[in-house]
Amino acid sequence: MAGEQKIRRTADMLPPVVAPQYTVGSVSDKISEIVLTKKTPRPWYFGVALTMVISLMLFNAIGYLLLKGVGIWGVDVPVAWGFAIVNFVWWIGIGHAGTLISAILLLLKQEWRTSINRFAEAMTLFAVACAGMFPLLHLGRPWVFYWLFPYPDTMGLWPQWRSPLVWDVFAVSTYATVSLLFWYVGLIPDLATLRDKAQNGIAKVVYGIMSLGWRGSAIHWHRYEIAYLLLGGLATPLVVSVHSIVGMDFAGGIVPGWHSTIFPPYFVAGAIFSGFAMVATLTIPLRKWYGLEGIITIRHLDNMGKIMLATGLIVAYGYAMEVFIGYYSDNTYEWFMTTNRMFGPYAWAYWMLIFCNIITPITLWSRKVRTTPIVLFVISIIINIGMWMERYVIVITSLHRDFLPSSWGMYAGTQWDWMTYLGTLGFFALCLILFIRVLPMISMFEMRQLVSQYREDAGTSAQVALQED
Amino acid sequence: MPQIFHSSANTIAKASIFGVVFLVGAIAWVAGSVQRSPYVTGQGEVRDQPVPFSHEHHVRGLGIDCRYCHTSVESSSFAGLPPTQTCMTCHSQIWTNAQILEPVRQSFATGKPLRWNRVHNLPNFVYFNHSIHIAKGVGCATCHGQVDRMPLMWQHASLQMNWCLQCHRDPEKFLRPRSEVFNMNWQPPTPEHPDVAHGNATSQLELGKYLVKEYGVRKDQITNCSVCHR
Repeated sequence: MAGEQKIRRTADMLPPVVAPQYTVGSVSDKISEIVLTKKTPRPWYFGVALTMVISLMLFNAIGYLLLKGVGIWGVDVPVAWGFAIVNFVWWIGIGHAGTLISAILLLLKQEWRTSINRFAEAMTLFAVACAGMFPLLHLGRPWVFYWLFPYPDTMGLWPQWRSPLVWDVFAVSTYATVSLLFWYVGLIPDLATLRDKAQNGIAKVVYGIMSLGWRGSAIHWHRYEIAYLLLGGLATPLVVSVHSIVGMDFAGGIVPGWHSTIFPPYFVAGAIFSGFAMVATLTIPLRKWYGLEGIITIRHLDNMGKIMLATGLIVAYGYAMEVFIGYYSDNTYEWFMTTNRMFGPYAWAYWMLIFCNIITPITLWSRKVRTTPIVLFVISIIINIGMWMERYVIVITSLHRDFLPSSWGMYAGTQWDWMTYLGTLGFFALCLILFIRVLPMISMFEMRQLVSQYREDAGTSAQVALQED
Repeated sequence: MPQIFHSSANTIAKASIFGVVFLVGAIAWVAGSVQRSPYVTGQGEVRDQPVPFSHEHHVRGLGIDCRYCHTSVESSSFAGLPPTQTCMTCHSQIWTNAQILEPVRQSFATGKPLRWNRVHNLPNFVYFNHSIHIAKGVGCATCHGQVDRMPLMWQHASLQMNWCLQCHRDPEKFLRPRSEVFNMNWQPPTPEHPDVAHGNATSQLELGKYLVKEYGVRKDQITNCSVCHR
């Protein structure tokens, strides 16, 4: 009994998932007005202009690549996988937070996911779009990318199933499809709300078509709940499978530094780690700009901090195991790779990754750090950089010195590598900026559910909420 | 509040689900069919030539062997096109004033070769060698069709990669004895007419299996990418 009381007290001490002033009606108004307002905020235009310029830089870099070929990148023997693969893994990893939040936290009934799931799912979609560009561009002849699909072609060939490239095609296209479905299905009731609230005739028709005739009847809701849960179940294995396959892209090769059984789980943890860092990087400024502190509360930041800490520790364990196995295997090449990473020409990258991914997240043990938005924001950016460095270290240091010293070499990204990478950041931001203007960035109907639940829990009469509605 | 959509929108919505699936399927089907059509492959298309040379007349009518003109087919990757002198071995004596042969005489007089238009053109990334195919018992007619029935030359097969591979994967369905390679009218053995010289084969498949072994055709190797794409 005493224990139970103690648990209850801790629960009461937690900041609420939604600020107490919100009612069922006002929470919908608050979220929908961001989309339906006639007065687009001036900074929004500035954001669109800036990210569009950066996206143009990306298209420019891609255009030149199509003209000239992958020779404009820094890839060459022995480092034939460079920025493209680093960026691909980084972006795909970022997407994983969205799937984890929408699928696993849904099945585990974590109500705090409600405020951030829509946004995180959108982030997943755009991250996957950015990720998908890199392997395609790395093909050399991207216009025949469809050769990777099994279809009755005039060459009489099937894809090479032993090739990691083909695994990626299936993993990523499945992931993109399920993520899109999940996101869209989650949007349907909110699109109907927007249709009903919109004043503009065109907006009414567009939201009307997109809401697929949703009327909110009991049978609609009944089917909807089942469909959403099923999709959640379908998406859950993807959280683990997609990045496992990305991990196996490496583990399937015999290069020391890649050929390791720890890769799939360690990649999954790293993916969620970087994904939550990206969610934090994006939500902290957004909640401030749009005054959403009452919906995305300190509680959310605290929870995201905890997940980053937990997954960061798994990643740290992964690093420790790589070093340990390098030593314990008593294999010349493994041990050389380990010491070369730590003290070789790319030591700066290794130690930077240790600083960003192990030293910095340790501060998340402190509740004060987790609940101070600006500090959490800075930490999340450091983790984003650290996770990019991790992939850089894995790809480049493993390849640049392998078995034969005569075939050693050095690698550096060219200006086109950097333009493509930074360009995808701009493209990603552009997609998000457009998204928050035309679609509700927080799930309104789930927030209404949450608010009414809270009202009942808090003992306030549910009728108050209904009358206000 | 007035309705945004007319009640017919329900039907349109339902139809559009079918429509999208149908449309995607139709586009894929059309694209696939066009890619296989003679429009793209050039199969069955007669090319214009400076002189309307008839294989039907020279091969079937006069009985000239393939190698009389295509001299290097047994020893080289390229079957070889005859120099004008080959034409003139006969045409200095017969049809000497035929208008149709004027370009041939011109070529002979000036020493400038005739410019024939290529009928069977493989892409440059494909390495193809005539001599090995002749040596392993692939008949001329297997790929080029019954040339002795072509008044003007046309491309017999699609020349697409799956066409190459159907033989590289199952050569026994196509091989014939070396002695029959240049025979335009060869027929595979039947139970009534077994091939006594080649394992008493009573069908193409039996003969093919025998020849694959006899001629040392390495089925495990001839589908490697680098056999043709070097």
